[in-house]
Amino acid sequence: MVDTDEPVPYMERTRQYYRALGYAKDYVWARHDEVPFARLAKPLPECRLALVTTASPADYSGRKRLWSGPIDPAPSRLHTADLAWDKESTHTDDRASFLPIEAAAKLADEGVFRGLTPRFHGVPTDYSQRSTSEEVAPKVLQRLRDDGADAAILCPL
Amino acid sequence: MPTVIIGSALDVVEHCGVPRFLFTDFPLGNPCGHPWDRQMQETIVRQAIGLLSTAKVPRTTVKAPFRWKQSDPGWRARYGRVDPAERERLLALGEERRRRKAESRAAKTKK
Repeated sequence: MVDTDEPVPYMERTRQYYRALGYAKDYVWARHDEVPFARLAKPLPECRLALVTTASPADYSGRKRLWSGPIDPAPSRLHTADLAWDKESTHTDDRASFLPIEAAAKLADEGVFRGLTPRFHGVPTDYSQRSTSEEVAPKVLQRLRDDGADAAILCPL
Repeated sequence: MPTVIIGSALDVVEHCGVPRFLFTDFPLGNPCGHPWDRQMQETIVRQAIGLLSTAKVPRTTVKAPFRWKQSDPGWRARYGRVDPAERERLLALGEERRRRKAESRAAKTKK
């Protein structure tokens, strides 16, 4: 395969891979015809921000579920083995490379924003659009509101 | 709830349509920066947070000004590649996965 500078076409690669595995039906990717857009309700320096990851807790039980963890103390590692990141090209040993608690906290110290919420939230990747939109998303939103988040930073692996 | 995504799957995210997206052109797994590169991670997070106030319309995408490691120029070709010589093995792998899934479903139905 020729190396190019083009962004990796993940949808096409995944389609071809699963066809090669013998799956008859292609996955239908989520799409919004109208994309929602909420503005900040206050200036950024006054905002509390929350982090959201697709990783599972380090003590992963084998069952993916919505979960939350404290940012302090920050977890040294999280469970990512069952997610479809590029295992041939990189690793996830550095938790900050996908859940950047320390980088965000440093920016809060500078005054870029008010601070992180006390919890981050984990939404392990679920390929069911219905489950994600109708069951999990409202619960995540409620947790964000409970924590006083003014906005959220989502960092999918 | 205002949101910004930091991610590395440009086509998936743009197909979906999201309010704000900072695209980091790296292999999937390290959306917020090269492992252990704290300076880069801080720059990326700063740029993403900035989009919360600077983005004016949905589907705002900004690309972070970083490349993957020079020591691995061939990374883009790797992910999910299907080698024609592996067709039979991949089909067998798929069969095994479908068999296991069917067994798991049957076990759940029995309970």
